[in-house]
Amino acid sequence: MSMDIDITLTVNGERVTERVEARKTLVDFVRDDLGLTGSHVGCEHGVCGACTMRVDGVIVRGCLMLAAQCDGATVETIEGLSDSGEVADLQAAFEQRNALQCGYCTPGMLTAAQELLQQAQARNAVPSRDEIREHISGNYCRCTGYHAIVDAVESVAKARAGAKS
Amino acid sequence: MKPAPFAYKKARSLDEAIALLGENPDARLLAGGQSLMATLNMRLSAPSLLIDINGIGGLGGIAHKSGAVEIGALARHTDAERSATIAQHAPLIARAMPFIGHPAIRNRGTLGGSIAFADPAAELPACLLALDGEVDAQGPKGKRTIKAGDYFKGLYETALGPQEILTAIRLPAASADTRVGFAELARRHGDYAIVGLAASARADGKGLKDVRLAYFGVGNTPLRAAGSEAALARGDIDGAVAALDLDPHDDIQATGAVKKHLAGVLLRRVAAQLMEQRP
Repeated sequence: MSMDIDITLTVNGERVTERVEARKTLVDFVRDDLGLTGSHVGCEHGVCGACTMRVDGVIVRGCLMLAAQCDGATVETIEGLSDSGEVADLQAAFEQRNALQCGYCTPGMLTAAQELLQQAQARNAVPSRDEIREHISGNYCRCTGYHAIVDAVESVAKARAGAKS
Repeated sequence: MKPAPFAYKKARSLDEAIALLGENPDARLLAGGQSLMATLNMRLSAPSLLIDINGIGGLGGIAHKSGAVEIGALARHTDAERSATIAQHAPLIARAMPFIGHPAIRNRGTLGGSIAFADPAAELPACLLALDGEVDAQGPKGKRTIKAGDYFKGLYETALGPQEILTAIRLPAASADTRVGFAELARRHGDYAIVGLAASARADGKGLKDVRLAYFGVGNTPLRAAGSEAALARGDIDGAVAALDLDPHDDIQATGAVKKHLAGVLLRRVAAQLMEQRP
């Protein structure tokens, strides 16, 4: 039974083939093996949300999946979301509203918020502040007190809804 | 922390996974992994082998058939949350779903995994007990079905044998007179509950019958509150609170006395939910 696993996956649009230790988490793999350090390692047991990334289109905890499980998967990290411009408006709103201070939670926060915004857009709705708070409830921020983050996400939700209609 | 070293094997069939469990007595099954991975990272457990069952086909369905809702072991919380079948035929599960973890957790976590892990503070084991559901398991001796009342044995301990795999859970489908209620108290939305309550009943004129109250976070398993069920069926809410025969231990979140008080608070909320529903 193998302690090392060969995996081939797509990370931010690039095909990657690596041999990984079976016990290596997805977030350690993207950080240590691929040098994508935007995904952060906080609690390492699924509580803080700093390692939030997308696997096959949905957000997951990078610390609660193994790299070995991602053979054949499509992984998107904050670097991918950022480079493609997908979250550019969200990033600008975070900056404008001081929705980050130390920035440790920000990649996870942006990735989680983007999923809510996409779901809201799909049903032509603007999420309420309560819905925003609920959706980011799995992402700890120890600096801002969350108000500015909710403000930023809400403003982007409204702007995207306005731009669409 | 990082997990201790282990081997990893992706099983392609139930038979293969069952055989691997037989050959590796300390192996663990990996489904959604949202509890298991945390315990591995904290080195609370250190199995020699993880058997990944995510690639086994046919275990992810949610279907309404012959008066029951059958949920495959690998259906993810998000699948249940968005399922029209669950919303219509298993309204207690629909009510409980938003309380489970956070969106990123629900995207990975499975209903079967939650029932198999049997965390005493988790929502779904209590729902299974409140609904008098059942669990399908498959092992080296074949398939069997276990009633919810016989399934929860102790702290993280179930009736599943060491080589048995939970394949599905089955819940009686709601009928026009079905009433359900769900409430929990947690410090942060999505965290494990300090105390929670899942309930089902049937309307009986203006009252209730067949009341089943399943508390979680108050003992080693989800627990029925039989005295309170009888009082609630008589329409006596104060009596139901007085009859609560729970004896929760102190834990990191609250003292036993606080938990018991909160159990009464939840009982009043859930009783209101049960009585306000109209077909």
